[in-house]
Amino acid sequence: MAMTRKRRRLYFIGLALLGLCAGTALVLTAFQDNIVFFFSPTEVAAKKPTPSQRLRIGGLVEAGSVQKTGTTVSFVVTDNANTLKVAYTGILPDLFREGQGVVAEGHMGADGTFQAREVLAKHDENYMPREVADALKKSGRWQDGGAPAATEAPSN
Amino acid sequence: MHKYANPTVFMRLANAVLPWAAGACVLLFAVAIPLALYASPADYQQGDTVRIMYIHVPAAILGEMVYGLMAAASATYLIWRHQLAALIARAAAPIGAIFTALCLITGMLWGQPMWGTFWVWDARLTSMLLLLFLYVGYLALGDAFEDQERGEKAAAVLALVGSVNIPIIIFSVEWWNTLHQGSIFKMNGEGMKVTVSPEMLAPLFTMMGAYVAFFVTILVLRMRIEILNAKIRNARITQAAAPMVATQAAQAR
Repeated sequence: MAMTRKRRRLYFIGLALLGLCAGTALVLTAFQDNIVFFFSPTEVAAKKPTPSQRLRIGGLVEAGSVQKTGTTVSFVVTDNANTLKVAYTGILPDLFREGQGVVAEGHMGADGTFQAREVLAKHDENYMPREVADALKKSGRWQDGGAPAATEAPSN
Repeated sequence: MHKYANPTVFMRLANAVLPWAAGACVLLFAVAIPLALYASPADYQQGDTVRIMYIHVPAAILGEMVYGLMAAASATYLIWRHQLAALIARAAAPIGAIFTALCLITGMLWGQPMWGTFWVWDARLTSMLLLLFLYVGYLALGDAFEDQERGEKAAAVLALVGSVNIPIIIFSVEWWNTLHQGSIFKMNGEGMKVTVSPEMLAPLFTMMGAYVAFFVTILVLRMRIEILNAKIRNARITQAAAPMVATQAAQAR
């Protein structure tokens, strides 16, 4: 049976889209390292960047690690596996807090401290009123940086 | 199904839907705006800045959904040559572009106080900007040809090619690490959960409904205009052709 022109166009467009998707997937996989916005302390430890390399690092600000002297601030970024000490001079964003996500751009110093040129706060996807947050903290269901199960249905 | 490919039949249906969509749009915005901007609680971290989310998130979702509709209509046009499908795609494009632009602008206004920067080139922001460029490119390409049908076909191909960007936008925050936060909809073994508390979800969903009703209303109005434009064009062509035919006939004599 001969294919109608409509059917032929349908198959042609379907195949072309499939090819396009496969091509895009390959390109995105190949450029994986350039698409990620920041590296975690574990990735930094594995990559061992030289002081001349500019990069962004990110993770959670470790609780109790923030030290301020004048406009210079130092803190520890953690991904719960590895940590990285960061030094920065300048104004921090409003959402910069211990236990919250942060992304810093800069380079590794000779002493292993990350010298940040810019610090951005990374906000997570949990939205709730203050009362709910306080109640969660009180009941001990709060997790720093993770999803504090605000609207999660009880699993048991 | 192909019965509705007839523009006259479809427009009769669309015109019947129009007053309901317009009414729903006014009603839902009347509820959603005070709820989102005033009556809902402030966020524990962001304070009142969270209210930008109620405008930003529906704009982002609609921007992507309208592009999906445009791409599906473009495929229908290319395969079955239904004029109605081309009409829907052409009418939807500028509305989707506005939603996308609104998403980008509100996102920047939120990013400055929260992140500490208006813009970064992470995967989510970059792919969303690409979506805006695809809309603009689609609109420009559709008008770039002397022959309207050629322009429509070229634009339809662009819309289809650009559709690979939609899953990239949606999953960008999961495939790569980004500055942009993850999706508020989380899939796990037990189903879907939302990371927004119920008293903030209510204004968000009301606003979402208002956006959808707004889109349907404007889409039908724009389709009416496009149909009238096509009629005017056809009338002009017949009018312009009439004396030409006469001259040709005279020359031939």
